[in-house]
Amino acid sequence: MDWLSKNLPYLMAGISVGGQYALIAIGYTMVYGILRLINFAHGDIFMVAGLVMVYASTVMPVYLAIPLVLVVTVVIGFVVERVAYKPLRSAPRMSVMISAIGVSYLLQNLALYVTGGLAQQYPAIPWISDTITVFGVTTKRVTVITPPLVIVLVAALVMLIQKTKIGMAMRAASKDFETSQLMGIRINSVISMTFIIGSFLAAVGSLLFFSNYTGVTPTVGAMPGLKAFVAAVFGGIGSIPGAVIGAFIIGISENIIKGLGWTTFSDAFTFALLIVVLIFKPTGLFGEAANDKV
Amino acid sequence: MSNILEVRDLSVSYGGIQAVRGISFDVPEGQVVTLIGANGAGKSSTLRSIVGLVKPAGGSILFQGEELKGNPTETIVRKGITLVPEGRRVFVNLTVQENLRLGAYMRNDDLLKDLNWVYDLFPRLKERNWQAAGTLSGGEQQMLAIARALMSRPRLIMMDEPSLGLAPIIVQGVFDIIREINRRGVTILLVEQNANMALKAADLAYVMETGRITMKGKGSELAENEEIKAAYLGKARK
Ligand SMILES: Nc1ncnc2c1ncn2[C@@H]1O[C@H](COP(=O)(O)OP(=O)(O)OP(=O)(O)O)[C@@H](O)[C@H]1O
Ligand SMILES: [Mg+2]
Repeated sequence: MDWLSKNLPYLMAGISVGGQYALIAIGYTMVYGILRLINFAHGDIFMVAGLVMVYASTVMPVYLAIPLVLVVTVVIGFVVERVAYKPLRSAPRMSVMISAIGVSYLLQNLALYVTGGLAQQYPAIPWISDTITVFGVTTKRVTVITPPLVIVLVAALVMLIQKTKIGMAMRAASKDFETSQLMGIRINSVISMTFIIGSFLAAVGSLLFFSNYTGVTPTVGAMPGLKAFVAAVFGGIGSIPGAVIGAFIIGISENIIKGLGWTTFSDAFTFALLIVVLIFKPTGLFGEAANDKV
Repeated sequence: MSNILEVRDLSVSYGGIQAVRGISFDVPEGQVVTLIGANGAGKSSTLRSIVGLVKPAGGSILFQGEELKGNPTETIVRKGITLVPEGRRVFVNLTVQENLRLGAYMRNDDLLKDLNWVYDLFPRLKERNWQAAGTLSGGEQQMLAIARALMSRPRLIMMDEPSLGLAPIIVQGVFDIIREINRRGVTILLVEQNANMALKAADLAYVMETGRITMKGKGSELAENEEIKAAYLGKARK
């Protein structure tokens, strides 16, 4: 009981931050599922979503700034794919990978240019950033909102993929481009849809994540991006449930480690986990055996 | 009778390799036409270039009088032409019914009638409706691949070696289905290595060798041709 009351704040923070990682991790895993590409720019898109909020909130009320963040992030995700990845569709996978790294640095440098390298104060979002007390733990409301919101979004996404026509096309395209084209599926629309969903969820993730964070810097996307990526690999890259479960496990473990007083090692834990997974179970918790797409 | 498909001087290259070297052939509407030839003759390359999965190096492909060359696959299949690819290529992670629905992906109308039509042709698929396609046997997967193609209501179905890797009794079933589909008004372009069965089923046949068409005739005539017998039917010259 004593242990629980002492660790409850860490557990709650862990579940919350795990949910935020999950929203980012889905973007990695879906893009990988369809293009076999690790979208290195994804963490930076998350960072850009944070910056858009910073600047939007200075000129408009929050209830307008939030939808604007969602729209702008989706557009950026869409444009990145069309400009940097689509022209390389038949190029070797390594070229696309390098292009993704290029986009990552491009976004970081644009952010550096815009911000002048100074950390930008993230606006307090009314209600979401309010301080509340639950089970004797004082925290921001975002901590308790995140887990149910993530569950709702993931459920909606799973419904979309399992029950709709476009979802069926996405599942088909993730297995076999050519045969999907023979069915009349427009592969490029399916791929764009994947980037749109991934960017949308990253934008939601950024709203939640930064509400609990001090400021936005050009490289702020790197760490959560990397952890979400590890979550996706841990869960089995390509698998959506895998990415979500992996993200919660990483978020919780990290915060429990902090609760134990080993804060310095909490990041190291995540990467140790990556190495262990890559050595002992490269396909992750829910991953399929290596599947080189035709 | 008018030709639903007219191919003229079609050539296909992969880097330096010329797989198809300027072939011309016709597919008359309502018939079963077969293209037979040994491994590597360029049969798959021909079919794949017709549906735009590979870019032809030259020539022209007229479907109902309209040039297909240069169009993306998604556009070509919308015109009423489809390919049952070599190796079946069913979506193993999707159920049988989802595979069938994907076959009709470009249509927005009610699929019930068509589903019933293909279930009627392939009762086995109805039994396996909710099973993942990957759990079907090879023969069942071939049936599914054909049924999936039918779901788009094509005017022309091209099939790439539908009998490949199937037991003789199943092969017979596949050819029965091909005739049945044709009887229901769909034109068929059939690529086969099983020359014996293909020639029997075909109204018109072409023989392809190393990227060229070397012979043309009625299916029944070519089946009696001594050269064909020796080369493709495994029967020695008398
Ligand atoms: N993607 C490709 N890249 C390079 N060469 C190819 C490619 N596809 C086919 N070829 C070559 O083109 C030639 C014709 O191949 P194709 O697959 O069209 O023959 P096929 O008649 O269908 O043979 P099979 O009966 O074995 O299926 C072969 O020499 C093959 O090696
Ligand atoms: Mg072939």
